[in-house]
Amino acid sequence: MTGLVAERTTVPASEAEAVDLIREHAARAMPLRILGGGTRKAGRASGPATLLSTAGLSGITLFEPAEMVLSAKAGTPMAEIEAALDAKGQMLPFEPMDHRRLLGTGGEPTIGGVAAGNICGPRRFKAGGARDSLIGLRFINGAGEVIRSGGRVMKNVTGLDLVKLQAGACGTLGLLSEVTFKLLPTPETSASLVIEGLGDEAAVALLCKAAGSPFEMTGAAHLPAGAGSATARTVLRVEGFADQVTYRLERLAALCESPALRLDARDSLALWRDIRDGVVLDAAPGDAVWRVSIAPNRAPKLAARLRGARRFTHIYDWCGGLMLLATPEEGDAGAEVLRAAVAAEGGGHATLLRGSEALRARIDVFQPLTPGLERLTRAVKASIDPKGLFNPGLMYPGL
Amino acid sequence: MAGIAFPEPSQAILARKREIVAALKALIPADAVIEDARELVPYETDAFTAYRRVPLAVVLPRSTDEVSRVLKYCHEAGVPVVPRGAGTSLAGGAIPLEDAVVVGVARMDRLIDVDFANRTARVEAGMTNLAISDAVGPKGFFYAPDPSSQLACTIGGNIANNSGGAHCLKYGVTTNNILGLTLVLDDGEVVEIGGDAIDAPGYDFLGLLCGSEGQMGIITEAVVRILPKPEGARPVLFGFATSEDAGACVADVIGAGIVPVAMEFMDKPAIEICENFAHAGYPMDAGALLIVEVEGSNAEMASMLARIIEIARAHKVQTIKESQSAMEAAAIWKGRKSAFGATGRVADYICMDGTVPLGKLSHVLKETDRIVESYGLRVANVFHAGDGNMHPLVLYDVNDPDERVKAEAAGMDILKLCVESGGCLTGEHGVGIEKRDLMHHQYRPEELAQQKRIRAAFDRAERFNPSKVFPLEARS
Repeated sequence: MTGLVAERTTVPASEAEAVDLIREHAARAMPLRILGGGTRKAGRASGPATLLSTAGLSGITLFEPAEMVLSAKAGTPMAEIEAALDAKGQMLPFEPMDHRRLLGTGGEPTIGGVAAGNICGPRRFKAGGARDSLIGLRFINGAGEVIRSGGRVMKNVTGLDLVKLQAGACGTLGLLSEVTFKLLPTPETSASLVIEGLGDEAAVALLCKAAGSPFEMTGAAHLPAGAGSATARTVLRVEGFADQVTYRLERLAALCESPALRLDARDSLALWRDIRDGVVLDAAPGDAVWRVSIAPNRAPKLAARLRGARRFTHIYDWCGGLMLLATPEEGDAGAEVLRAAVAAEGGGHATLLRGSEALRARIDVFQPLTPGLERLTRAVKASIDPKGLFNPGLMYPGL
Repeated sequence: MAGIAFPEPSQAILARKREIVAALKALIPADAVIEDARELVPYETDAFTAYRRVPLAVVLPRSTDEVSRVLKYCHEAGVPVVPRGAGTSLAGGAIPLEDAVVVGVARMDRLIDVDFANRTARVEAGMTNLAISDAVGPKGFFYAPDPSSQLACTIGGNIANNSGGAHCLKYGVTTNNILGLTLVLDDGEVVEIGGDAIDAPGYDFLGLLCGSEGQMGIITEAVVRILPKPEGARPVLFGFATSEDAGACVADVIGAGIVPVAMEFMDKPAIEICENFAHAGYPMDAGALLIVEVEGSNAEMASMLARIIEIARAHKVQTIKESQSAMEAAAIWKGRKSAFGATGRVADYICMDGTVPLGKLSHVLKETDRIVESYGLRVANVFHAGDGNMHPLVLYDVNDPDERVKAEAAGMDILKLCVESGGCLTGEHGVGIEKRDLMHHQYRPEELAQQKRIRAAFDRAERFNPSKVFPLEARS
């Protein structure tokens, strides 16, 4: 980490200060690396840059429970947001993952990091990701101009949707200074069914069948044997008012055609927190962890395809649409084999979620783009950040 | 009338019409190219019928490959392109230009593949919104966004406008229901964005394309999410003495942790117009009406409705009408869904669709009445109360040029009011040409310039759907 010691860290105390800082860097074409809570070692390892911490841009700026909307400055800790929401019985719908336990990092996740990383969790397949709840933001572009997009209203098609564009751009398209999310009421209660002993294929088929039922399942994971338990567990969650939860759980249990254990709210919450944060994954301390996105019912086929080629452990969330996969770091940590297998299974993508700095320097952390998408990606980057100031190289080489 | 300006067509392009048509006919089957002046008339406008321009030609390709060939040619020949779905835009988003070729996707209307296990369908861009739901309905699924024009409007047009509907309170709008796109770029290059996985790699171009109003390329295919139908759905009608009571009830329902699948608001003029047309049994003595729909099993709906009714009682609800049958439910919705058509029978109207924060609804309603009255006109309000998406219908007589100008001016004043109240110009209809010149009320010059640069990353010569969305004076 000697590279980092030599770097300067700046902590603008306001959006206006951040604008000045960015203009200075633009004038000298000096790169910036944006630092939120520092809980994710996201992206490719890249060259020296001024560290721009969002810690000084903190605080909830608007919270209207009756309108289910919240705005906060980008550096606001998630803990502060969650406490404010809890007090009014509301929540961010997309259940953002907390990376600290899986990645072994410290720090406090920030709302800006959640937006920029499009961080989400188990409810994603049902309620959407951060990008689906993010309805407005302010960012500073490469010319040091403050650009607003979206707003605080639920429906808005006025001009281009730069809100979505920024979600998942990992800070490569400017510094987010303030974000606005729509909210949902926190469910009165929740509960889960657990079916033990299913193979991957049968489990994912069951989860897909349940997701196609009208019973509003909001969590659908399969944890193969070894992932937190000696026996494979297929977990289905429902949330809502108590009478709804009871009814839906009964109907889902009938649909399962196998004996199912019932987890009450407390145990269900604890298990889903562990699924959300990836800690049920049986990963050795030095393992790389991949995040694979694929059509749900092709995920078990992908695992079967990899079985001969590489040693790995895995879990499925989103009915199978999301796989977390742990494998030794040796070589390319399976990047090539994995991505070839994803392509052979009809497409999807694989992103390295956890890996040493050395690994992140030698492989593509993000799924390489097709030539058409790469051209558009470079053109869009240049249209917002022509000098390449923000997080250079974090997502793709030379960008 | 004063009206909305169109740029002067390029005489050089107009003079090349014969050459351009011949070239297009050499690229795709001749029956897919329309050039005859009379046959072009049906394409001269969309649902924003006050403005019309006959295009140079219309092409109706049958495949992505044909679209690609047409766009490559237009790129090389320097001819502007106006994409068209079903032409149901209320904002003039599909109105042609005289020196442009209209590329319509109406003949690309096939359902390519349905994957029930993964709950996705791949469709061609010209498939209508309702046809998707009809195709997957027998297996218990539907496509969620439901704009009022869903019988006619295409999925390609829905994506270009990020269309909403009455049920987006629960199900979201188009951008929340699309997983993949096939996009043909300005030079004919075909790019696949996303696919059938739940999220897509790289920058969120799906999100960027949704609502881009045909200015970044032509969408030829889409992978859409299909959802299981609920066990049941039940609308209930609530009549209140005043709009304020109805508005406060909406806020308290949401505040109580209840998110109904739809909450629709109508004011007194709208109630009268709709009831006279649909005979839905709306309470004629009410000052405002809410239609609240819940979903689930019978027991779930009963329990949810009991909670909502209790809240409505606290706001002095005068009439509660629960639908006891599918027929009654349909009647309740019929009044609301025919609001625009029914209004069209009593007067001509322009429909605005600004969105405002829920807390500002009462204020904006009152001000809307005042604005319209100041022009000596009448207004009927129907809107999606759960999400603050207003739909004031400003009534006027189309044969009175003076009234038309006043109606347009009143509409613009209402939209400015929406922006000043913390909302936006358009919640679901799009900017098109209608609201183009109001964009500087919502955005600063550098913000519009940033949007235009992003657009130019896709459409390098700004040849797709020119003179829409961005104010003419902001053009480079």
